[in-house]
Amino acid sequence: MNDTNDPMAEIRASFFIECEELLEALQDGLQQMDDGSDDPETINIVFRAVHSIKGGAGAFGLEDLVRFAHRYETVLDEVRSGKLTADAEAMKVFFQAADHLSDLVRMCRDGQDIDPNGGDNLIAALNAFLGDTEEEEVTAEDFQPLGVMTLDLPDLDAPATPPEYEILFKPGQELFTTGNEPQTLLRNLAALGTAQVRCDRGDLPDLSSLAPETPYFSWNITLQAEVMEDEIREVFEFVDGLCELTITRLDDDTESPSALPDLPAVAEEPEPEPTPAAASVELAPEPAPPKPVAKPESSSDAAPPAKAAGPKSVVRVDLERIERLVNLVGELVINQAMLAQSLDQAGLSPHSDAMNGLEEFQRLTRDIQDSVMMIRAQPVKSLFQRMSRIVREASAAVKKDVRLITEGEATEVDKTVIERLADPLTHMIRNAVDHGLESTADRKEAGKETTGHVRLSAAHRSGRVIIEVSDDGGGINRDKVLGIAKSKGLVPQDASLTDGEIDNLLFLPGFSTASQVSDLSGRGVGMDVVKTSIQQLGGRIAITSERGKGTTFSISLPLTLAVLDGMVVNVAGETLVLPLNVVEETLSLGPEDVQMLRPGHNVVRVRGGFVPLYDLGIMLGYRGARDTLAGAIVLLISLEDGTRAALVIDGIQDQRQVVIKGLDDSFYRAPGIAAATILGDGQIALILDPADIIAAAGPMRHAELARPERKAVNE
Amino acid sequence: MSLTVLAVDDSRTMRDMIRMCLVPAGFDVHLAEDGVDGIEVLDGLDPDAIITDINMPRMDGFGFIDAVRSQEEHRATPILVLTTESAPELKQRARNAGATGWIVKPFDPQKLVKALTMVTG
Repeated sequence: MNDTNDPMAEIRASFFIECEELLEALQDGLQQMDDGSDDPETINIVFRAVHSIKGGAGAFGLEDLVRFAHRYETVLDEVRSGKLTADAEAMKVFFQAADHLSDLVRMCRDGQDIDPNGGDNLIAALNAFLGDTEEEEVTAEDFQPLGVMTLDLPDLDAPATPPEYEILFKPGQELFTTGNEPQTLLRNLAALGTAQVRCDRGDLPDLSSLAPETPYFSWNITLQAEVMEDEIREVFEFVDGLCELTITRLDDDTESPSALPDLPAVAEEPEPEPTPAAASVELAPEPAPPKPVAKPESSSDAAPPAKAAGPKSVVRVDLERIERLVNLVGELVINQAMLAQSLDQAGLSPHSDAMNGLEEFQRLTRDIQDSVMMIRAQPVKSLFQRMSRIVREASAAVKKDVRLITEGEATEVDKTVIERLADPLTHMIRNAVDHGLESTADRKEAGKETTGHVRLSAAHRSGRVIIEVSDDGGGINRDKVLGIAKSKGLVPQDASLTDGEIDNLLFLPGFSTASQVSDLSGRGVGMDVVKTSIQQLGGRIAITSERGKGTTFSISLPLTLAVLDGMVVNVAGETLVLPLNVVEETLSLGPEDVQMLRPGHNVVRVRGGFVPLYDLGIMLGYRGARDTLAGAIVLLISLEDGTRAALVIDGIQDQRQVVIKGLDDSFYRAPGIAAATILGDGQIALILDPADIIAAAGPMRHAELARPERKAVNE
Repeated sequence: MSLTVLAVDDSRTMRDMIRMCLVPAGFDVHLAEDGVDGIEVLDGLDPDAIITDINMPRMDGFGFIDAVRSQEEHRATPILVLTTESAPELKQRARNAGATGWIVKPFDPQKLVKALTMVTG
């Protein structure tokens, strides 16, 4: 099945890709309908999506899929034709049916066994809309799997000579307008056996009164062929009803009246035996079929609308090829950095042609790189649609009325990021529904709308993608959170924490606020796992909550996983790279700026406030403490959760784009090290994750920070 | 002489299937993804037969057949409709629109080829 040379397997694979797109369109359309769109095209899109899935599924013999899609489609068709109104109840079933359909598609794709009764409830619900008007019109023959051909074996008792039929055929006017052609039909008939065709030209009028596109002829055919009458009828299948047709078996006494019931009775005069002269398949002249005439102007009526109206054309590319391109561009960036460095060392004037050329080269490199990244970028829409399903399922499980509001679905994010966001986001959405939102009764009591809202939004903000999950629930119960953290020994009993710090306790491993573990989110996967997955994507997660108003989780992700704007610094002779976007400013420490809280813990005074100070050289184990911090250079960094820190470094080299080279699993994952890069001189430098470094150092308590501040005030 | 066929279907899977069935059988296959596209592709093409789906965005099969038939040179071009329903009224509707014949999906490759040779002669 996986043989890539098998065209069928390839089409099958492409069918499932198409299914994904169709399912997306289906979700979209249903959402629009749910939002109150009454555009007839919306229901058309929904119908077509299901219809196309059914069509393709039939081709691959996916009967379970066909059966369900057919039922679904039938109900949608009722809506389309206005016989059924898509009210809230119906929409609920439609959404569920769409979910079930996508399950079926996936199961078919992965070759999983399908529980034949799995969708019975839904089918029953769908049937209820049809009101039993059209019971079981899905006949098996409609959906014969591919390749089933009925072979009519010759009758064993058949006489040695093939049976002889007499066929009368008189085309009607419509036969021509539908593009059928008597000559072709007669030829097909003759192909069955031996045919003697006689043309009756009796009706042909005078040339003066001849209407050129009217059939005047009729034919009398004697066919001697080893075929059943059905096969003869099959030849005339497309013109059934467009002609007069009588088939009589000549040599059979038991012949049954064979004229089609819906055909006008034809004068059944026994024709004289066909004379051999009139025989053979030499077909008599016939009324000319409509001849192409010089192209009339009217044909331009059907001219297509301007190209601009067309959908965007799309090329499908193997992801591997794009990966390759991304890697090559990465090499190009490195190469360009090397070139820049050697030109610089050659001491060329910045106004020389070479330097100007280099500048242009750099600009182009950046453009190419952006373009390549855009290829990998995908709108988050598909991800958001999956989440709307999660909300539906989760809200049904905990019996809450929840509405998902999505914003910024068109925001584009790297494909890998989207794929790897699915799990953490699912967990967060479940959490929001399960823990974030209050029960319906509690909401009523609090004077809130009974329907809870979960908002999922995506936006680009200063070179990063911000994805937020927020609910309008009760907010974090901080006393409870702190109590649990203390009882689990996650924080000391006497700890006094800020609100933000308490909120962040949720991310600690082994923390779960629900005193009762529900089926929904209590699956042993905590927010710590979410945080880890986000961090692995080079992202951060932050939490804000307001009592009674709700909670917001905010994920900030790099736009791409391949290139980073970095600040290149020196620490104890090592070259390191820090993400530029966390660096707020650089300072040079004066003797008065640093205050010691306790040995090894310092803070630095920045414009009246105090910021914890960390020495990168010590933290990374490159060297011991400096003799004095005076004169040292520090980077003031600002983290996603709003906290700030100052990092002591030995020198700043440069600010440039670096290509991220992942440290694969064969390396021990050192805390604080995110990845590595190759610099222009070929040197390898580590890319740091400042938040991770600081977290590894242990948080400096706000309480401790407050002390010197007070001291400073008192002094 | 190989026959030229224009196939119009909004489902990529169907288009692929049609191509897979017809190309080995020696047909010269041209594809379009909806009625509007079909009319565009038809321009400058003289197909021996046309295959079209019914449910399509922008311009459906009925509209497409109508547009094709209104072109003088394609008044008699055989048009086969791909349909999942074998319901008689659907056939009647297709025929009223000017379709020559129909193929019930999912089609058997041999049947498709046979239907095509049947209408093209």
